[in-house]
Amino acid sequence: MSSSERLPILKTFKLFINGAFPRTESGRTMIVNAADGAAIAHLCLASRKDLRNAVAAARTAQSGWQKRSAYNKGQVLYRMAEMLEGKSAEFLGAGCEPIEITEAIDRLVAFAGWADKYPQILGCANPVAGPFHNFTIPEATGVVGVIAPDELPLLGLISLIAPVLCAGNSVVALGSSAQPLPTALFAEVCATSDVPAGVVNLLTGQVYALIAHFASPRDVDAIHAGGCNTEDTRTLDMGAAENLKRVTVRDLVADQWYQRRDCHSPYWIESFVEMKTLWHPLAT
Amino acid sequence: MSTNSTNSSTPALDFGQKWKLDAAPETTPVQIADEYGLFINGDFRAALSGQTMVTINPATEEALAQFAVAGLADVDAAVAAARKALPAWQQLPAVERGKYLYRLARRLQERAREFAILETMDGGKPIKESRDVDIPEAAKHFFYHAGWADKLDYAFPNRQVEPVGVCAQIIPWNFPLLMAAWKIAPALACGNTVVLKPAETTPLTALRLAEVLQEIKLPAGVVNIVTGGGETGAALANHPDVNKVAFTGSTEVGKTLAAAAAGTGKKLTLELGGKSPHIIMEDACLDQAIEGVIQGIYFNQGHVCCAGSRLLVQESILAEVMQRLELRMKTLRVGNPLDKNTDVGAINSAAQLQIIQDYIRVGQEEGAELCTPTQGELPEVGFWQAPCFFKGVQPVHTIAREEIFGPVLSVLSFRTPEEALQRANQSPYGLAAGIWTDKGSKMFSLASRIKAGVVWCNSYNRFDAASPFGGFKQSGFGREGGRHGLRAYLNLKS
Repeated sequence: MSSSERLPILKTFKLFINGAFPRTESGRTMIVNAADGAAIAHLCLASRKDLRNAVAAARTAQSGWQKRSAYNKGQVLYRMAEMLEGKSAEFLGAGCEPIEITEAIDRLVAFAGWADKYPQILGCANPVAGPFHNFTIPEATGVVGVIAPDELPLLGLISLIAPVLCAGNSVVALGSSAQPLPTALFAEVCATSDVPAGVVNLLTGQVYALIAHFASPRDVDAIHAGGCNTEDTRTLDMGAAENLKRVTVRDLVADQWYQRRDCHSPYWIESFVEMKTLWHPLAT
Repeated sequence: MSTNSTNSSTPALDFGQKWKLDAAPETTPVQIADEYGLFINGDFRAALSGQTMVTINPATEEALAQFAVAGLADVDAAVAAARKALPAWQQLPAVERGKYLYRLARRLQERAREFAILETMDGGKPIKESRDVDIPEAAKHFFYHAGWADKLDYAFPNRQVEPVGVCAQIIPWNFPLLMAAWKIAPALACGNTVVLKPAETTPLTALRLAEVLQEIKLPAGVVNIVTGGGETGAALANHPDVNKVAFTGSTEVGKTLAAAAAGTGKKLTLELGGKSPHIIMEDACLDQAIEGVIQGIYFNQGHVCCAGSRLLVQESILAEVMQRLELRMKTLRVGNPLDKNTDVGAINSAAQLQIIQDYIRVGQEEGAELCTPTQGELPEVGFWQAPCFFKGVQPVHTIAREEIFGPVLSVLSFRTPEEALQRANQSPYGLAAGIWTDKGSKMFSLASRIKAGVVWCNSYNRFDAASPFGGFKQSGFGREGGRHGLRAYLNLKS
């Protein structure tokens, strides 16, 4: 029997919500083509309802993730780097350049390291004029919506997710609309990386269809987006007028996503923490 | 603290005739001009709009002065002055920039009494508060930020900083001079220029601050002050040549400003409303806790964004806390704000008094029990609300959810620390919280889970220029004070 007759098993890609792989409730898919035009994958076209389910899962999971020790959060991010390294070949097959994959892995490692350090950089003790201990500590903002840029579908996504996770937030991310396959593969990395269910939720779909629904819900506390045009940015900014969402849009293009000085900095975490100042009397 | 000594163990205070203290009004004369112009490019000028308003003393309803209302053209001129002054101010050696702020702090300290009286006359707050809190803290804010001017390179490690540019700053009427200081001091220290709009009911101390800016020879245009109402504020915030909008006020207006700024690239910081929980656990030191509650809600007539307006008391001590609170409130003196003995002054405006009275009516209609223990008659003229609290408030009641911004406390109870936490966080706001307990682990367990930007442990309503202030959730974003407050006035460059 000739081996050429064996039919390969194709993977069915689904969304990643609450640690599981559900199909989109919309029942709609988009086709990813190879260079020769052949269909290589059918991906879910996430709907507003999928987004809502993902936000609900992220809300439920957030406080537990925040409560994990900083050391533990760092190890989970490092585990994501380990799993991504092991899956490099699949991301190559999905069209990512080798350098994009290695940089994405290193970015996860960078934020794995920040998890138990950024509070010392961003927080401080305050010398008030009175008999009080006074200190300011960063705390997670909550549920963060991530909209990844079209270009650099793996590196862009991870650059936006890692600083958010590092600070104890949960994430609902819409991957690159133009190249969604790496997002679907990254879901498998998350599923095998000890990330608690619901802490990372990944959607594939079209940014134009979903962006307003990221901006409006009151149960999304912040937005981290890249690759936005002026109108997209305005749409997201309007979310602040809804429930005072913290909206951060990165205006990086192409190779700028490789600049570690920016993208590995704790100032990317700063946008997704709230500063809490505690006053405690000294014995007098 | 024994928890079963709920009644009769605490004797009522009987002052007899000794309670009739002599009035001790502050008598230092303060000159107030009949008319004030806009402070633009270092000089006072009449408004191009030709419009004026009158500011009154809310304790007497007497007119204090007429002031200009800035229209679009006036705001335009102020922003242009700030833009023109920006390059030279930015290029000034940082040490010199700081010296202007040091000078300003010192001059404010020298003129503190005059400022305190003026603040009390224009806004209605007790002189002991303007004298001991508003004015000294304003001076401290300038002194603190003066020292940052030449140290900004150390504030954000591994980053170069640059000023944001022209800052539009809109402030409320509850701490008129102090809010002006909170806004102007960090902006100037970071090398920005400013257009400030004070509130329409309390413009006088900001205008007097403008006189001090002339005295200390601050370069023209670095700070411009435009007076007026909401339209002036909107014109300023929406001005296309403004790089940053800083606003302190209501959440409703804050959202409008956020919508207006959407897509413009303007930097925005918002310090908005609150309905802050004030929690007393059964093991708290009650003498101190009651003082904290008084300080938390009746300070400045409750016109405080972080007022501890939701008192959450553990059920086992509820009766005792209510009794002690009532007793303590009987000694609160309400009246002439210029009297040094006055604890609670006048409500800032007729409009605010109406809002407060409406909430009190709604509170009663929804079934909560109103208690107004303070003694003595309220003055016949002026705007007055006796400090009061509501018993039997349910979390769904309007007075448990909405900001009243007056001397009205809503008392709720809880059984377990978990329930206290759940109730505390049951609000779209997240500005501040207070916790009273003698047990450290309980304190920090709650403090770390309450969603609030400021948590006062066994204390309340403490402020300091070195301590960041600002909210979680719909209480706004950005911090004021401390190193974190600088962040709102700087762009970071790699």
